[in-house]
Amino acid sequence: MKHIETVQKPCIKAGKNTACGECQASCQSACKTSCTVANQKCAKEEK
Amino acid sequence: MIHSFKFQNRNVLLDVESGAIHTVDDAAFAVVNALERGLDPYAAGVDAETVSEVLADLEELKSSGAFETETPTAPEILGGSAIKSMCLHVAHDCNLRCRYCFAATGDFHGERMLMSYETGKRALDFLMERSGTRQHLEVDLFGGEPLMNWDVCKQLVAYGRELEKKFNKIIHFTITTNCVALDDEKIDFINREMHNVVISLDGRKEIHDALRPTVNGKGSFDIILNNAKKLVAGRGNKEYYIRGTFTRENLDFLEDVKALTGFGFDQVSIEPAVLPDDSPYSLLPEHIERINAEYDALADYYIEARKSHDTWFNFFHFMFDPDGGPCLRKRINGCGAGTEYVAVTPEGDIYPCHQFVGMQGYKLGTLDNRALRTDLQEAFLGCNVCTKGTCRNCWAKYYCSGGCMANAVLYGGALETPHEISCKLMQKRIECAIGIYLSER
Repeated sequence: MKHIETVQKPCIKAGKNTACGECQASCQSACKTSCTVANQKCAKEEK
Repeated sequence: MIHSFKFQNRNVLLDVESGAIHTVDDAAFAVVNALERGLDPYAAGVDAETVSEVLADLEELKSSGAFETETPTAPEILGGSAIKSMCLHVAHDCNLRCRYCFAATGDFHGERMLMSYETGKRALDFLMERSGTRQHLEVDLFGGEPLMNWDVCKQLVAYGRELEKKFNKIIHFTITTNCVALDDEKIDFINREMHNVVISLDGRKEIHDALRPTVNGKGSFDIILNNAKKLVAGRGNKEYYIRGTFTRENLDFLEDVKALTGFGFDQVSIEPAVLPDDSPYSLLPEHIERINAEYDALADYYIEARKSHDTWFNFFHFMFDPDGGPCLRKRINGCGAGTEYVAVTPEGDIYPCHQFVGMQGYKLGTLDNRALRTDLQEAFLGCNVCTKGTCRNCWAKYYCSGGCMANAVLYGGALETPHEISCKLMQKRIECAIGIYLSER
């Protein structure tokens, strides 16, 4: 493509191997108020 | 849905539903912006041949599933909803009197009191009962100031370790502390047992001391900095965050980040205060432009600082790992307040989260009856970025996940109405995070 560069392919995971529920609750991480969820880690990826 | 924005000298396109990110030249940026506004792309000030090329590029992207993708569906959580995270209010009292404290300087608008060991034990038992198949659990020792109830903190960690073996669970204990009452014994224990430590320190001495005085009205900066340095020095590779707060008194909060990193801390989080409009410290709509400019300046500083090992640091809200991030279900469900996450008070009352403690109508239950209000839990579960009108059409929905529900109730008037200023600041931080990611790759 001449005008566009893809720097990140689709990455929001929604397959059958997701939603294990083992990841950290976002508010427990650091902020305790203004949660960001995108900066949380997937518990499976972390392993 | 596409979100287009500029970061430094880059034109960025985010395909919201897939998470794909593209950088484009000025012509493509103008064309996409025209399309997004429902305008004729050939009237976007770009020559017709170039517009045609851009449209062909966009078609190619679309057919590859990386542009204007459909809203995906997420599987339900494995094993159903279970409580995996608990904020344990071991102390409804504090040795500081912070001007912006959401917890009414530690008592949560109630009686100043400490949690008994017995109540804490029952809370941990309750967590075991309600955690279903979840193996990883979290318990945050919180207050007020948890170090004011130190013996109980230690006893509860010991009890938690027993429960881990009995129920085959892993408990990540964390503590959120102002460090005033730290000593060597506490530091050793915390660094041995706590998965994460959140340390409250605002940055510059004059800012911190003005907003975080002791009970006697004196500054707390010097003692906290000294203790925090000792604590962090012994953390090794374990997690910690220096968590500051900014108010309208320090809209130049980049200076506070510089101060914190200058003290040697490399894990930093500076949060916007969320307060009623009539508070002298609240952030108001007229402050947003100034704050956004400060986030831009912080992003510039951050990128430069991280180029050198000596000045590298991590800013909580600029963390962004597209490949290692959470799955769609997590992004939809958000913080999990009231369903995956609860707070327990010294009296044994159970609330959806620490921010809801003391709010009329939001008590989920008590440790005595062990039953939780299912109507309230269903309300929380049903309130997510797919159901909230404001969030459904927001480009940042999968990154912020709907924001703080307690702030929605307190300042938006309902669970479904996010706090508008928080939304705008979140959007700005996410743009910066994506831009920084692009700069560093």
